[in-house]
Amino acid sequence: MHYAPAPLHIPDGFLNLVVSLIFWALTIIAVGIAISKTNKALGEKQVPLMGIMAAFIFAAQMLNFPVAGGTSGHFLGGALAAIVLGPWAGILVMTAVVAVQGLLFQDGGLLVMGANIFNMGILTAVIGFGLYRIVSGSANKTLKLAVAGVAAWLSTIAAALLTALQLWISGTSSLQIVMPAMLGVHVLIGIGEAIITVAALAFIMQSRPDLLQAEKVAEKGGRGWIAAGVIVSLIAVLLSPLASGDPDGLERVAEDLGFLEVGLDAPYTILPDYTIPFLGETALSTIVAGIVGALVVLGLMVVVGGMLKKRNA
Amino acid sequence: MHADAFDRYYAAESPLHRLDPRVKVVVTVAFILSNALLPDGAWAAFGLGWIFLLLANSASKLGVDFTFRRSFIALPFMLVAVSAIFAPSGQPLAEWTMGGISLVPTDAGLIRFGSILLRTWLSVQAGILLVAVTQFPDLIHAFEHLRVPAVLTTIVAFLYRYLFVLTDEVLRLLRARDSRSAALPGQKSGRTVFWRAQIAGHMAGQMFLRSYERSDRIYNAMLARGYAGQMRTLRAHLMRRRDWLVLSVSILALLFIQLIGRIG
Amino acid sequence: MPVTHPTPSSVEFIETHPTLPDYACDVLQVNDLHFSYPDGHVALHGINLTLCKGDKVALVGPNGAGKSTLMLHLNGILNGGKGNISIAGLPVTDKNLPQIRAAVGLVFQNPDDQLFSPTVFEDVAFGPLHMGYPEAEVRERVEQALARVRMSAYRDRLSHHLSVGEKKRIAIATVLSMSPQLLVLDEPSAGLDPRARRTLINLLKELDITMLVSTHDLALAREIFPRMVIMDEGRIVADGPTAELLENVPLLEAHGLEKP
Repeated sequence: MHYAPAPLHIPDGFLNLVVSLIFWALTIIAVGIAISKTNKALGEKQVPLMGIMAAFIFAAQMLNFPVAGGTSGHFLGGALAAIVLGPWAGILVMTAVVAVQGLLFQDGGLLVMGANIFNMGILTAVIGFGLYRIVSGSANKTLKLAVAGVAAWLSTIAAALLTALQLWISGTSSLQIVMPAMLGVHVLIGIGEAIITVAALAFIMQSRPDLLQAEKVAEKGGRGWIAAGVIVSLIAVLLSPLASGDPDGLERVAEDLGFLEVGLDAPYTILPDYTIPFLGETALSTIVAGIVGALVVLGLMVVVGGMLKKRNA
Repeated sequence: MHADAFDRYYAAESPLHRLDPRVKVVVTVAFILSNALLPDGAWAAFGLGWIFLLLANSASKLGVDFTFRRSFIALPFMLVAVSAIFAPSGQPLAEWTMGGISLVPTDAGLIRFGSILLRTWLSVQAGILLVAVTQFPDLIHAFEHLRVPAVLTTIVAFLYRYLFVLTDEVLRLLRARDSRSAALPGQKSGRTVFWRAQIAGHMAGQMFLRSYERSDRIYNAMLARGYAGQMRTLRAHLMRRRDWLVLSVSILALLFIQLIGRIG
Repeated sequence: MPVTHPTPSSVEFIETHPTLPDYACDVLQVNDLHFSYPDGHVALHGINLTLCKGDKVALVGPNGAGKSTLMLHLNGILNGGKGNISIAGLPVTDKNLPQIRAAVGLVFQNPDDQLFSPTVFEDVAFGPLHMGYPEAEVRERVEQALARVRMSAYRDRLSHHLSVGEKKRIAIATVLSMSPQLLVLDEPSAGLDPRARRTLINLLKELDITMLVSTHDLALAREIFPRMVIMDEGRIVADGPTAELLENVPLLEAHGLEKP
C-alpha cells in the first residue's frame, strides 16, 4: 500500500513528555466538548455519517496531483471537514483519522497523538470553520470560496507552525532550522490544500448545497468560532515571520516566561539553549515573511469586507 | 487493490495473540512512556527495552525479527532531529564549515540525537507489534473498556469498515483520470498545476457527496436491523489470571528499566 | 470445470473484410501476453489478438476469465508480464503511455469511476483539455462527442444527478472527445433497463470506430458485433464470426455461456 507519511505526523520520541501531556489534555477537552455538542445537535444518525466521512478524509488524502518533476501535491482535509460538517463533527472526524493513522499505520506516534490530533484536527477546524463562518451567511459564492481557500491555506501553515514549535520546545530541533523548513514547505503545500478545498466546496455547493453544515451552525450562532479563528490565524500569521526571521527573539521570550525551567525533574534539560552561529535571516524566511505579510493584509480585507457586507445585508 | 491492503493483523496461535487486548494496549503505551522517561544516553536501559521488545516478538510466534524488519518506517522523519546534533551545550567534537555556515556537532548533541533515534525506533516497533497480534475490532473494544467514549470508537469502527471501499473508489477515480491524461507528441499537455489541483478537488467533492449519500443508506440498513444508537459487540473480554500476571510482570520490567536508566 | 477446446474450424480467424495490401490491421496487436497478479494468481496465459480498423468485436466469457485484466493492459494500466501490445503500430511502453491513452479510449464498467467533474461538459472536456487543445477546439470536440452519444442536451447538467444509463453514455462521450482509434468498453449494458439498453445498442451500432467490448449480454453481441472472442481461464478459446459461434452450443456451455 503506497501510503506515505506526511510531514506533519510526529512519531513517538520527538516530543518530550510535558509537551505531549499538555497537548493530550487540550485535545481531550476539545474532543470531549465536541462529543457532547454533536450528541445534542445531531442525533444517532450522525455517527455512521461521521464514520464514513472519516473514511472519506482518509481516502481523499490519497488524491494526488502532479506538481512538477515527479513530485505530487496532497491534501490534509481538516479545514474542509470543519466547513462541510461543522466544527465539532469536523474535530471528531479528524480525530478518528489521525487516531487510525497512528494506531494502524504508525503514521504518527501514540504518546504524541494528542499533539498530532491538536495540530491536524483541532487547529485546522478552528481556523477553517472560524474564518468561513464570517462569510457563511453571505450570498456571494465567490467570497465564500475565497475565504475557504484562505482558511485552508492558513490552517496548513498554523499546523506546521505549531508542529515546529512543539519540536523546538521539546529540544528535538533547533528553531532556526525547523521553523523555516516546516513553514517553507507548508506555505506551498497549503496552496494545494486551498485549491482542493475550494474546488471540493464548489462542487458540493453546485450539486448539493443543502448538505453544507456550516450554514446550519451559522443559523444557531457560532460567533465564538469567528473570534477563535481570527485570533488563532493572526497569531499564526504574525508569529511566522517573527519566528523565521528572529528565532533568538522567540527564545528570549520563552526564557522570560520561564519555559526553559518547565518540566519534570528529569535529569536532562528540556530546553537546550540553541545559539547556533547560523544565518539569522535566510532568504527563504524573508520570502515567507513577505508572502505571509501580504496575505495578512488580503485576509484582513476579506474579513472586514465580509463583516461590512453582513451589516449592510 | 487487495481487500486486505489495510490489514496489519498477522494471525497466529500464540500467547500474545490470546492476551486480553486491554493488557496489550496498556503495556504498549507503558513501554512508549518508559522510553520517553528514560534520560538521554541511557544506553543500557534502551538496550534492555530492546530485549523486552524482542521477547514480545518471540512470544507472538511471528519471528523474533518481525518488528525489526518493519521498523524503518519512521526513518524519513529523523531528518527533523538531525539539528539536535549541533546543540551548543556539551563538548564540541568538530567544526564543519559549509559555505559560510558553521556547524559544530557536540557530544551532548550526538547523545541526544541517538537517544531520540532509539526512542522512536523502539516505540514504532511496539506499535507495529500491537496491531499485528490484535485484531482491529478487538482493539477498538479494548479502548472502549479503557473509557474512550463510545461515539469516538464507533466512528473509528465505521472508518475501518469503509476504509477499503472508499480508498478503492479513490484509486479507481485516479485510474480513470490517468486513462484520460493523454498527450500528443509535440503538444504541451496537462494544462497548469492549478487546473490539476482543481480536478483533484472536484474528485474530493464527488467522493464527499457519494460518501454522504452512502451514509444515509447505511443508516437505513442499520435501522432495519434494529439499531437504536448503541453498538453491541459479541466478544466479551474478561481478564484472566494470566492477563493480570503478564500486566504486572511487564510493568515491573519497565520499572526495572527505568531504574537502570537512572543509575550511573 | 473442464475446458474443452473447440474444433479447429471455429478457432480459425475468419476475416470480416477483404484483405487489402495496405489495410490497417494493426489497430490492436496483442502478442503472447501473460500476466500474474502480485498474489500469484495467473490471469493471462498467452493472449494473441489482432484487431483491424473498423472491427467491432465482442469479448465474452465467464467471470474471472481475464477479460477485464486484458482490457486494463490495453492502455497500460496493467503491465509487467511477458508479451507485448501495440496500438496502431505504437508499442505500449511506459514512455508511450501518454500517446497510448490518446489512442485507446477505455470505458470502465462503473460510470461513477469515470465521471469526476461537476458538469457533463467538464467531464467530456477533460481529455482534450489535458491533451492541450485550444479552447475552441475543445468545445467543438465536446459538442461532437455528446452528439454521437445523443446527449447534447445534457451538456450543462450535473453528472451527479444522472441515471445509470445516462452516465454510461456520458462516460463513452468522455473518451470519444479524445478521438481514440480504439474504443474499449467493459460491460456497457450491465445494470441498464430495457430502454437504456436499446439506446446503448443503437449507439454502438452507429459509432464508426474500432471497438472491443466485453459483455455478458450475448443477444447484444449478436446484434452489434460481427466477430466474437471467447475467453476462459486466461486464454482465448475461440475467435470467429459471432453468428457461427453462437450456434455452437457445446462450446458455449463449456465456457459458462448460454445461447441467447
